[in-house]
Amino acid sequence: MTKIVLDNVSKAFGDNQVLDGVTLTVEPGESVAIIGQSGSGKSVMLKCILGLVQPDGGSIKIDGEEVIGLRGRELDRMRAKFGMLFQGSALFDSLPVWRNVTFALTQGRIVSARRMRKIAEENLERVGLDKSILDLKPSELSGGMQKRVALARAIAPRPEIIFFDEPTTGLDPIRADVINDLIVTLTEDIGITALTITHDMASARKIAHRVAMLYQGKIIWRGPRDRLYDSGNPYVDQFVQGRAEGPIR
Amino acid sequence: MTKFALRAIGRGLAPPYYPLRLLEQIALIGWFSLPVVGLTAIFTGAALAQQTFTAGSRFNATSTVPAIVVLGIVRELGPVLVGLMVAGRVSSAMAAELGTMRVTEQLDAMSTLRTDPYRYLIAPRLFAALITIPVLVLIANVIGIMGGYFLSVYKLDFNAVGYLKTTRHFLEAGDILMALIKSAVFGFFIALMGCYHGFQTSGGAAGVGRATTNAVVSTFVLILLSNLIITVIAFG
Repeated sequence: MTKIVLDNVSKAFGDNQVLDGVTLTVEPGESVAIIGQSGSGKSVMLKCILGLVQPDGGSIKIDGEEVIGLRGRELDRMRAKFGMLFQGSALFDSLPVWRNVTFALTQGRIVSARRMRKIAEENLERVGLDKSILDLKPSELSGGMQKRVALARAIAPRPEIIFFDEPTTGLDPIRADVINDLIVTLTEDIGITALTITHDMASARKIAHRVAMLYQGKIIWRGPRDRLYDSGNPYVDQFVQGRAEGPIR
Repeated sequence: MTKFALRAIGRGLAPPYYPLRLLEQIALIGWFSLPVVGLTAIFTGAALAQQTFTAGSRFNATSTVPAIVVLGIVRELGPVLVGLMVAGRVSSAMAAELGTMRVTEQLDAMSTLRTDPYRYLIAPRLFAALITIPVLVLIANVIGIMGGYFLSVYKLDFNAVGYLKTTRHFLEAGDILMALIKSAVFGFFIALMGCYHGFQTSGGAAGVGRATTNAVVSTFVLILLSNLIITVIAFG
């Protein structure tokens, strides 16, 4: 069964039509990257799937179940399938690293600190960090470490699907590649279904099986990653080559 | 805003509960406000005693000082000044913290981690303020009355025993109840405005600044307006 199906999803904020009939499918274990200009609605699309933003129309199905309109426990049950790496990491400033990493398991309550620290340690190891940072606050970490802690938090509850919102933005090329490798490991080795938003073409080519481009609220092109630089679509060509001249103004 | 308040109260009353978050907020709102509340109360009580004495001496009514100090502090100045001082400290801090969490997507992250921000963040703040502000007002009332007492006894040469007797004579249980009702209402507004404006923040750092200002200004207005309404209903 197809893991994620978006069918004709639309969303406007006032007069600004952010999503205008987005249609997209993601198969189980597949990694799809969404590329597009800033403000093209990529993050809104992810937030619609997660129920953080209510779409104006269309249908979003996860494992065949309609998720638009879900509330309360039903929404929580659906969200249990997801992990999300936010663009700015979105770690909780007031909590130490170990409580951030285990937040999905404790829902913020103090539950068996020793066991939770152990779980946090295991998940930090999976993203290449050691236990020396367990008690540090997020503000004491570098940007790259914060991303990795956020990734550890996203994978701690063993989600079936993981969303990456600009996972390499703000990182140097080496740190960015470390994150790319971690994403590839998660999707290839563990079989997590992944949907990634990115401006970073090197990252898109490395982590995604398929790439789709969102422009003016619509998916205007989709194809395998190898076709990204040979798409035959002038919008995609301009975007991936980073040219100021072209159909995108 | 009504919807926001009802949602926070409704969800806060249903499990899961966060007692540690509640205790943490009680400490932040109550314990750490004690110095500013104590200073405000003692200075205001003393200043009120001096003003009453000065005005009363014009028509030979200086003996009204203890009565006016106790009624002025308990009925009006205690609740209002504590409300305003704590609003400046707490509403702004809540709006800034929640606003920063909003613009850095921490609130969205919390929702995706299946934790309801209304239960985890908003309800403990609302309930903590409802519990804590009345206690702070009671403490401020005692300190304010003592401020008037010390100035009257040590500067204005009032008889200490007589001053306390008059104070006790004029203070009624209804006045204390009124102070508690007012302070609970103020506490609710302090937390509600801080949380509401913080939660609705948009627009980065400038948005957080706007939310903080709006939280403090709206809390001040609501405290002063609700104080007038309660006073007119109770004593009008």
